[in-house]
Amino acid sequence: MENKVLEVENLRTSFISNKKTFNAVDGVSFHINEGETIGVVGESGCGKSVTSLSIMGLIKRPGEVNADKISFQDNNLLKLNKEKMRKIRGNRISMIFQEPMTSLNPVYRVGEQIAESIRIHEKVRSSKLKNRVIDLLEMVGIPRPKEVYRYYPHQLSGGMRQRVMIAIAMACNPDLLIADEPTTALDVTIQAQILELMKELQESRGMSMMLITHDLGVVSEVCDRVVVMYAGKIVETGKVENILNHPQHPYTKGLIASLPKKGQNNGRLNYIPGQVPSPLNWGKGCRFADRCTYVMDKCLEKIPPLLDVSSEQQSACWLCEEKGGSSFANERGKVDQATIARSE
Amino acid sequence: MEYNTEIINQTEIEIVNKKEPGRVRKFFSFISNSKSVLIGGVIVLIIIICALFAPVISTHDPYEMQMSDRLLEPMEKGHLLGTDHYGRDLFSRIVYGARVSLKVGMVSVSLSLLIGVILGLVAGYYGGWLDSIIMRIVDIVLSFPVLLLAIALVAALGPGIENVIIALGLVYWTNYARIVRANVMSLKEEEFIQAARTIGSNDFRIIFFNILPNCLAPIIVVGTLGIGIAIVAEATLSFLGLGIQPPESSWGWTLAFGMKFIRDAPHLSIYPGLAIMITVLGFNLLGDGVRDLTDSKLKRK
Repeated sequence: MENKVLEVENLRTSFISNKKTFNAVDGVSFHINEGETIGVVGESGCGKSVTSLSIMGLIKRPGEVNADKISFQDNNLLKLNKEKMRKIRGNRISMIFQEPMTSLNPVYRVGEQIAESIRIHEKVRSSKLKNRVIDLLEMVGIPRPKEVYRYYPHQLSGGMRQRVMIAIAMACNPDLLIADEPTTALDVTIQAQILELMKELQESRGMSMMLITHDLGVVSEVCDRVVVMYAGKIVETGKVENILNHPQHPYTKGLIASLPKKGQNNGRLNYIPGQVPSPLNWGKGCRFADRCTYVMDKCLEKIPPLLDVSSEQQSACWLCEEKGGSSFANERGKVDQATIARSE
Repeated sequence: MEYNTEIINQTEIEIVNKKEPGRVRKFFSFISNSKSVLIGGVIVLIIIICALFAPVISTHDPYEMQMSDRLLEPMEKGHLLGTDHYGRDLFSRIVYGARVSLKVGMVSVSLSLLIGVILGLVAGYYGGWLDSIIMRIVDIVLSFPVLLLAIALVAALGPGIENVIIALGLVYWTNYARIVRANVMSLKEEEFIQAARTIGSNDFRIIFFNILPNCLAPIIVVGTLGIGIAIVAEATLSFLGLGIQPPESSWGWTLAFGMKFIRDAPHLSIYPGLAIMITVLGFNLLGDGVRDLTDSKLKRK
């Protein structure tokens, strides 16, 4: 059994809108092993970012985080006081955001901003601090780090800024890095570089990583395991190769079918019709039911729990229960066709 | 360090501004973009020089009375702007008066900035009941006629330049609190503030090291405008006899006393009035210009 760095059980994060309470994240459980990268995938508004902010303890009131368990290494993050939580943030769990253009403070030099993240957690002499920052800049692949130390964020391009963000996140050698769509705002060539850099840093340091994205291409490149989220719940989870090659949940299939394929040139991209339902309108049944091509009566009655497909893959779909194991494999082809057909 | 830096792709290295121009040159090119900053800055600079080097610039001792030379016209007997009813040289008194006006303007504005900025930061950042309480206090202070409140305060504290400064500081902070609060409320939703939180900054650090530097531009603008307002207010209080006490001189006091002789010696009122006007104009131009410059910088972004 590998060591779990992070363990989340039954996470529910609720917000209040128009005096109605709703759970943006509704009973999410997962864990991250040491040195592992997990990908959290899903459409916009399905609770990916809220999950990460809940773990960091950064949900603002009146939002509320409830869970049976959020443990990070030996710490129960639910019970830590503000000060202790603050010491974990940036030190042992770091975070990278989607928008490198707005994630850096415009009035400080980038070097100072990296130095600040060290200074908050460690007492370092300023001469040593500067060298450490320059090392960090070099580490994330920034040329002429001594010069760039003195630059303001607006003097750097998006990719360079994301590298600076990574340097800030890596400054205190965290054990877990949460990356919230780190490459979404970057162009494709730079995306690959940033992913490669993150992967490399992770391997050289034995760090765990939680990568939030809606790009399955990114997932296949970087992640070991995948968690697919839909409408505040995990709909499917498992090893990357299982999920990408043998998706069980119609939603995962839809996502994969929506990827543009090489050679497929009929001028239209596949998509899953419909939209993620608002948390205020979640029915009692499966939340994907109204977009699912394979919807059954049972789906409208009861939310499917995560069912074992294999020892390494779980899926929250009644289809998995009905057909079970191998006999489902035949059925799967049909669903695939049905989903794709409808989206076309 | 053992990291592999091969992944750097030279195409990505697009660092703008390879060489930063010298700070001095940057400063002047910045200023020359705006005529009002230039004019206002020169006026303010002259006033500051007057205040600093008053003993050198003044032609006579401002407190020395010459009963034989009372109420002289300007340019008469070597008195550049004439003399007052005690035979004191008006030009020298105005030069020395710059000290009082600048002191009152700058110190009282600093005081109200201190109060207003801190309360505005706290109100804007924390929101909720703290915000409600602070903003209701602001509303209450604003509901008084400002000058009347200052008069009441000086009356309670007793006349004198220190008390004028305190009174003006306690009266004029509301504007700053409001402006800072509004800025903080939008700034605190910015992603870099969230990012600061994720690296473990505490509230104090976020407020004073991350948010405050980002709202300095509007603070500087309203601050310079506020100096003009404070100078006029000091003149008013001194005019009413609540400001500085004789034999010290401020522009407002000289102006007020000159009123008695306005038929025979109008220069006694005109020149201190002009001094007030020009100084306030200077500060206003400077403040306006700075605002325009920071605005246009935002637009360019």
